[in-house]
Amino acid sequence: MTSAILQVNAITFTYNTTNQAALNKVTFEICPGSVTAILGPNGAGKTTLLHLLLGLHSPTSGSILLNEKPLKQYTRHELSQRIGLVPQTEYVPFAYNVLEYVILGRAPYLGPLDMPGDEELRIAHDAIREVGISHLESRVIPELSGGELQLVLLVRALCQQPAVLLLDEPTSHLDLANRNHTLRILDRLRRNSTTIIFSTHDPEAAALIADHLVLMRAGEVLDSGDLDQVFTSKILSRVYGTTVEVVPINGLRVVKSMGRLEA
Amino acid sequence: MHNKQLVKQRKVFFALLLILLPLLVLGISVFIGRYPKPLFMPISVLFNDELGRNLVLNLRIPRLITSALLGMSLATAGGVMQMLFRNPLVEPGFLGVTQGAGFGAALSILFLSTSPLVVELSATAFAVIGLLFSYFIARRVRFGGWVLRLVLSGIAVSALFSAGLGILKYMADPTSQLPEIVFWLLGGLWSVTWNDLLYILPVVVIGLVIIFLMRWRLNLLSLSDETAFSLGVSVGRERALLLAASVAVTAVVVSVAGIVGWIGLIIPHIARRIAGANAASFIPVSMSLGAVFGIVSDDLARTLMMGEIPLGIITSLIGAAVFIIMMTSRRMRISR
Repeated sequence: MTSAILQVNAITFTYNTTNQAALNKVTFEICPGSVTAILGPNGAGKTTLLHLLLGLHSPTSGSILLNEKPLKQYTRHELSQRIGLVPQTEYVPFAYNVLEYVILGRAPYLGPLDMPGDEELRIAHDAIREVGISHLESRVIPELSGGELQLVLLVRALCQQPAVLLLDEPTSHLDLANRNHTLRILDRLRRNSTTIIFSTHDPEAAALIADHLVLMRAGEVLDSGDLDQVFTSKILSRVYGTTVEVVPINGLRVVKSMGRLEA
Repeated sequence: MHNKQLVKQRKVFFALLLILLPLLVLGISVFIGRYPKPLFMPISVLFNDELGRNLVLNLRIPRLITSALLGMSLATAGGVMQMLFRNPLVEPGFLGVTQGAGFGAALSILFLSTSPLVVELSATAFAVIGLLFSYFIARRVRFGGWVLRLVLSGIAVSALFSAGLGILKYMADPTSQLPEIVFWLLGGLWSVTWNDLLYILPVVVIGLVIIFLMRWRLNLLSLSDETAFSLGVSVGRERALLLAASVAVTAVVVSVAGIVGWIGLIIPHIARRIAGANAASFIPVSMSLGAVFGIVSDDLARTLMMGEIPLGIITSLIGAAVFIIMMTSRRMRISR
């Protein structure tokens, strides 16, 4: 059982401003090279959990181990070379072009007074090509569409070359075609043995790509396990607090909400 | 890689231009003034006229260098603060620094001494007090993110100091002290000597060098806290260092020059238009253009009229006009 890249042991977390725990005794493990979806309704604590995995906050109790070593024992620099984050969205107040923005992802490998050089430029170009947005390279961030921005955020995190990539609701702003494009990229990353953890409230997105699910509701893990075991009508209904049904269509799992609007 | 070499050559050329342009303007400005007659001074004065030579060496040159440092400092600090606060409309004195300096200067004129050094020290002290005050109030505000809290407390502290300044003006002797205060507030470099220059030089040099060296990292600090953190940035510490550097240079130049507005707002915008949003390229452009703008504004202040026009009036006039032109012309390369 020690092959896990990330181990989350009974973590509880309470924000300073409230008394209620945002996360309560959350436990699960992540295998290297797997894709895990943290699935749950809005306000379940998914973003908070990702922030803890990133090391942005420390758990009030419990521990998080990365390669069997507590997160706290890594320096900021070491951590940023191993774990990357694609935030839900990013407000960029200045008109960076895509290349300038993406290359910021190389910061973990540069000293405080360094500037990105040819090597950084090459890695940034490669990452841009890999995601298929070379045509956007000299465009300015504020002029991008929501879908394009999401891909740019992803490329920036890829420049970081992290072993673990965290994505916060990577598909929630996207139309169906862009959602599938993003998921395809994640699938390709998995084959390059990047470990992927993403949060989503969209069970179908999770079903398309995840090996493993962590199902959350109100700060607690209701269930976790392989997709086949836990992606059932019964469990999903409990997670979302409304009747849903998993319907197989052409080998895909389609999730139908069966709840009616009347109270 | 022929192309790469070409890019490199262009970069070197551009860097040289940024260094040489202010020096050129400075050199020409040595011969601009109202002695022996308005506008141009012939070079021969330097050799044949004792008074002229003294004037150039002891008054004009330190004043020109100070005006360059003033423009450079305000423009750079403005650019830095806009990035730290993720808001392109921030100007360097807004955290209680400018109003604090004004209050400190007036306090000194009223109760301590009107000698330039005492006024400068008092202005610097209160500029720093203004910042610290804003900072500690921001820490105690119970809502909002760090940036919002700092902005709010900066506004409140500035208002407090400007109210205090109002009281001091009201108390001041209208024939002697009041004009002195008003003149100080309008901003100007007419009394600058080598001593003043030496007073601001160490702070300005250290502050600007720190900012220059860390200019690429400024980009990281303009990202959201979580993203900056994920890239290994010590957000709090690095932001504090760059903020301290910007406030320090602003405080000392304001203490010598009085309230000189608009440079810190307008120059970074122009620099971004020229060099793009990347701080690694626009900060050096800001420094260079700021220096040029400072020197030229002070040239105008010195020579346009018989008496001096206060520098703050000139910079506001030009700055606001340029701002209007920028806002209404073509596309802005800044968002929002």
